Amino acid sequence: MTGNRPVQVRPAGRHALLVELPDAERTGAFHAELLRRRAAGTLPPVEEIVPGARTVLLDGVPHPDDLARRITGWDMPARASDEGPAVEIPIRYDGPDLDRVAALWQVGVDEVGARHSSYTYRVAFCGFAPGFGYLTGLPEALHVPRHDTPRTRVPAGAVGLAGPYSAVYPRVTPGGWQLIGTMPDPAPLWDLTRDEPALLTPGTRVRFVAESGTP
Amino acid sequence: MTATLTVVRPGALTTVQDCGRRGHAHLGVPRSGALDAAAMALANRLLGNAPDAAVLETTLTGCALCPDRAVTVVVGGAPCPVTVDASPAAWGVPVHVPAGAVLDAGGATAGVRSYVAVAGGIAVEPVLGSRSTDLLSGLGPAQLRSGDVLPLGSAAPHSVPADLAPWPAPPAALTLPLRPGPRADWFTPAALRTLISATYRVSQHSNRIGLRTEGPPLERVRTGELPSEGMVLGAVQVPPDGRPVVFLHDHPTTGGYPVIGVVPEAALAAAAQAAPGTPVRFTLR
Repeated sequence: MTGNRPVQVRPAGRHALLVELPDAERTGAFHAELLRRRAAGTLPPVEEIVPGARTVLLDGVPHPDDLARRITGWDMPARASDEGPAVEIPIRYDGPDLDRVAALWQVGVDEVGARHSSYTYRVAFCGFAPGFGYLTGLPEALHVPRHDTPRTRVPAGAVGLAGPYSAVYPRVTPGGWQLIGTMPDPAPLWDLTRDEPALLTPGTRVRFVAESGTP
Repeated sequence: MTATLTVVRPGALTTVQDCGRRGHAHLGVPRSGALDAAAMALANRLLGNAPDAAVLETTLTGCALCPDRAVTVVVGGAPCPVTVDASPAAWGVPVHVPAGAVLDAGGATAGVRSYVAVAGGIAVEPVLGSRSTDLLSGLGPAQLRSGDVLPLGSAAPHSVPADLAPWPAPPAALTLPLRPGPRADWFTPAALRTLISATYRVSQHSNRIGLRTEGPPLERVRTGELPSEGMVLGAVQVPPDGRPVVFLHDHPTTGGYPVIGVVPEAALAAAAQAAPGTPVRFTLR
């Protein structure tokens, strides 16, 4: 096994590398290092840098073998807790799965929002739909399972939990996450009129700010 | 005033496609773009269009269009009957369509996807640098409906048009070269042998997201979930049923099933033209 190596590079076709890290923290640190090197102009040409849960995909790489050799020699500092852009997401804790999550967390229903909004999250990666960010930061004791049968329609703005992740649905899709709340105006999550259409890009820090009032 | 095309018959699935969106996979935005990129490029070259001029991609049943000015078009890709105001016209070479006439690209007689390129290109507004319809995430123009009006670009030639070019025939049998990885180690050694020795068939459930196959299931040595990771175009993903799916241009940018190998982009044009039932062989390279 190669479990002790900090970085394992896996082949992914003729022009891509899948770089595997031991955990989410070091995946984030490696992603941040890639962005630093790209901004400094010291990263060889890479068309797409796509973080995952434990990996970063480098796609559109003219010479993947050369890049793989370089990466294994990199010194990657841990990411500072205040590194990266920060956003606040207003949320009403009014989701249809509040009772179920309260039971799983063994707290009162009113306590779910207080707990959920007390942590700082970070976008680990995106996928599923444009602007859908997978937010890490919930302690392991609060991880909850998905629904066995996904809902056929989750409204835009719904805030859900699944496993280690929280997320806000940018648009109406099917979905199997436990819905605990609503972002009242989800339009900023994905706005094609902005230079950066996604509000929640990988590496962004997120705080949920509870709004009072009924939907 | 720009020239326009009105959609008379949208067909089962006709979309606007160009070379697709690059550089946004980390936001969950698929690449999209013409599935048979070689056919799109050849059709554009026959018109003197820029190589990335947007075209229409039809699926199995073709489409019919009516320009408000005289235009030159090429219908290529999957072979199909072509008519202008119900009179037979040529396939695979430039055709003159008078103002107000109806160009009909009929059902594919072989293959799956025909392309209708128009001098000047389809000039819908680009989204994130591309005019392509992305069916998975709903970016770009919706699939064509009857009565849609599409703007055309100016027909000033980008290059001297080619006057004749060979169109590849749709594959009677599909051979897909494969490089193992990144998750080939999630499968038994027997699974990789099965993948390169068995004959699979193109499933009728294939679409722009993936070429689904039917055949012997591939057995895994590692069970459980794979944490979500980035997926490349051409990735051969194996869901729990064990049947390989070759990811095409509208594939999701991250996914949670292991990828046993990757088919190079150049081989995917043939995959886009392989009709349901076509035998598929994977070869190691």
